[in-house]
Amino acid sequence: MSAFPIFPREASSFAPKTDALYFTLVVLSGSIALLVFALIIVFAVRYRRGSSAPRGALPSLIKNEFEIGWTSATLFVFLMLFWWAGSNQIGQLLPPARAMEIHVVAKQWMWKIQHANGAREINMLHAPIDEPIRLDMTSQDVIHSFSVPDFRIKQDILPGRYVESWFRATKTGTFRLYCTQFCGTAHSGMVGSVIIMSKADFASWLAAQRPAGDLAGQGRALFTSLGCAGCHTPGGPIHAPDLAGLYGRKVPLSDGAFALVDDGYIRDRILNPRSNPPAGYDPIMPSFKGEVDDGEILALTAYIRSLGPNSRGALQ
Amino acid sequence: MTDAVAPIDHAELRRVRIVAGSYLDSEGGGLSEWLLATDHKRIALLYALMITAFFFIGGAAATLIRLELISPHGHFLSDDEYNHVFTLHGIIMVWFFLVPLIPATFGNFLLPMMIGAPDVAFPKLNLASWYLTLIGGICVLAAMMLGGVDTGWTFYPPYSTAFSNSNVAVAVVGVIIAGFGTIATGVNFVATTHMLRAPGMTWFRMPLFVWTIYATSLVMILATPVLAITLTLVAADRLFGLPVFDGFRGGDPLLFQHLFWFYSHPAVYIMILPAMGVVTEVITCFARRRVFGYAMMVYAVLSIAIIGFVVWGHHMFVSGQSVFASLVFSFLSFIVAVPSAIKVFNWTATLYRGQITFEAPMLYALGFVGLFTIGGLTGLFLASVPIDIQVTGTYFVVAHFHYVMVGGAVSAYFAGLHFWWPKITGRQYPESWARFAAALMFFGFNFTFFPQFILGYLGMPRRYHVYPPEFQPLNVMSSAGAVVLAAAYLMPLGYLTWACFYGKPSPANPWNAKGLEWQTSSPPPKRNFLRTPIVTEGPYEYHDLDIAPEPQARPVDAARAHD
Repeated sequence: MSAFPIFPREASSFAPKTDALYFTLVVLSGSIALLVFALIIVFAVRYRRGSSAPRGALPSLIKNEFEIGWTSATLFVFLMLFWWAGSNQIGQLLPPARAMEIHVVAKQWMWKIQHANGAREINMLHAPIDEPIRLDMTSQDVIHSFSVPDFRIKQDILPGRYVESWFRATKTGTFRLYCTQFCGTAHSGMVGSVIIMSKADFASWLAAQRPAGDLAGQGRALFTSLGCAGCHTPGGPIHAPDLAGLYGRKVPLSDGAFALVDDGYIRDRILNPRSNPPAGYDPIMPSFKGEVDDGEILALTAYIRSLGPNSRGALQ
Repeated sequence: MTDAVAPIDHAELRRVRIVAGSYLDSEGGGLSEWLLATDHKRIALLYALMITAFFFIGGAAATLIRLELISPHGHFLSDDEYNHVFTLHGIIMVWFFLVPLIPATFGNFLLPMMIGAPDVAFPKLNLASWYLTLIGGICVLAAMMLGGVDTGWTFYPPYSTAFSNSNVAVAVVGVIIAGFGTIATGVNFVATTHMLRAPGMTWFRMPLFVWTIYATSLVMILATPVLAITLTLVAADRLFGLPVFDGFRGGDPLLFQHLFWFYSHPAVYIMILPAMGVVTEVITCFARRRVFGYAMMVYAVLSIAIIGFVVWGHHMFVSGQSVFASLVFSFLSFIVAVPSAIKVFNWTATLYRGQITFEAPMLYALGFVGLFTIGGLTGLFLASVPIDIQVTGTYFVVAHFHYVMVGGAVSAYFAGLHFWWPKITGRQYPESWARFAAALMFFGFNFTFFPQFILGYLGMPRRYHVYPPEFQPLNVMSSAGAVVLAAAYLMPLGYLTWACFYGKPSPANPWNAKGLEWQTSSPPPKRNFLRTPIVTEGPYEYHDLDIAPEPQARPVDAARAHD
């Protein structure tokens, strides 16, 4: 990293696109500014009081036609810019379907990272190059924002909600990660590093992490230790939904609405089970608010997801 | 004098002078005749004193910020101290300096005079507005004295409602109270413009400053109540545990952001529209030229005020709002830039074929055009979603809004202050000092804020006092520029205070300006005009339409020739 950089590195697939738009705007707005400043200086000198420059009335061309002309020209240029910037944005809206998933939990004032195999990191995020990475993020307290300037990405992370962002790194190295939404006392200490490695290096790094089972495995252990299995086992003594094959389905709720079972829904059920339970079930499940943290909810969610449509009976 | 004013009977004039006198003349009431004043001109001066005090309090906070950022390690201030300092800077500068800056001072002083009225429509309400703003400001300062506020001026929940251990509620109540002062001012100015225009003062004979104050007042009336309810909900969440903005209990922190920016984006136009009005008055007077495209300027002002209400979502491109909503707001943000561009082109075109002189008001006004152009053009970057993702929450945004609000609104304020100084005080200011300060302010401003654009694209986050060492050179440049800028802001405080007491008496209309406010004595009599003026022409008739302006001798030239 140079001692006095004036431009960020281009280290993701977004960077060249964002920078092309940026440089176009720099040149365009620089030209407009120079034109305005040059006109002001020329007029100021030429038409200073008492100068010999001819004055006369304004030429008729300069009246209305001129004004309509520059208004339309400005509007046209702005619409072109919007079209370019907007289409660029839509193009990178969704992560590729096969993107690798990394979970991020933000809290005052640190970044907790969990990989799919269960590896955990604090304030560091290791990822492979040339691989689309989907970030599944939530906050445990206030609003934070996940910003990696060298990747040209930034996303606010809301408490109690899942948000996602994604990137595909194009350079190996260490890149700065900042929280860019003011989050309290040590906001400027909520920084970290994104470490991009070659695919082989990343694989060996991941293997060396020796997590206690992958994320779904950790979730299965929690499922038992928290007592969830006591009710959510088919044929048990208590009437509770069977979770196998539930993820990704639409379920009817007791108020007549339907809900899609996704990460956010599962989180909501764990924390607020008594409000509006699924149709046909009594609101008897206790809330686990305060008993499980966001990392544990992610693990439980990963476990429930692993009981997908094809894994019926996995609970037995 | 022009034929806009009926000829004056001099015997009557002498008699009326004894009755009316200057608005500055004592009525024997001591301090209370000022603190209970209902004369719009005196209230304008009360506001001017108050915002000057707030400007230097906010400026002291800015000084601490720039001092702290010289080093990347956070040497001088602790985390919490730094957070308190930038919060103080933001709250004071936004609500107690920039919002009242031009409307409450020049708006109060000049709006009635420019339309030929003896006062605003509701003089007592006008005084109440000042007290509300003052009480609000005292609340905010009290919150600071009692231990500070650390949320930033944006008060984002859930940090402000559930996590901050600082005096958020007191500060929020202060802002709400001051907000009612703003609403009352807006109501007053709208009523004044509608009801009190002199005979012949048709809508399209109104000076553009009056149009901008009118449009600003509409924005104040429509936007500020939303701020009041939003901050009331913050206070309720905080004090009574309501869950309105609590995502864990069914509330929504994004709701706050929508409501907050629904006010705070139009608030930018509360700051910049009157500045555009001031600059128009100054440029047309010192170019001795009718303003180019008067009608277009009026429509531009109104469309900025209206479209400004529907662009708030561009503050939220990374907040988690739908990307399709972001695209709509991006589109509207490009559209709102068009009328601003028209105004810049029209000011430039007004110079064409003029008879231009370069006294301090003109230098400040040209400085405004330059800085506002840069501020406006960088707004295009922020309207583009991919670039906004990179630079929102960074120093790019900080630089952008300082170019618009400080480079723009504050430069315009100084342009107006020097332009109308002889009108307000009846005295001249020292021209050489003023020109030097204007030039220094322009360069100091650019030295301070231009490096921040580069820092922002590099990704330096705002509200960080500990930052990576590679950002230090640009931060040192910015802090060095701030020294120049601080000197430039202290100079007018010095020479204008001097001029209050020792400045030479000014002719009634030193610039030979056309506005109605100049067609009466300087300082003006208590009721502004000895006879209600009758208006027969437009506001900028510096020359006949088909004839070029000739170089004119103005009273100020004669006064200066005696030096």
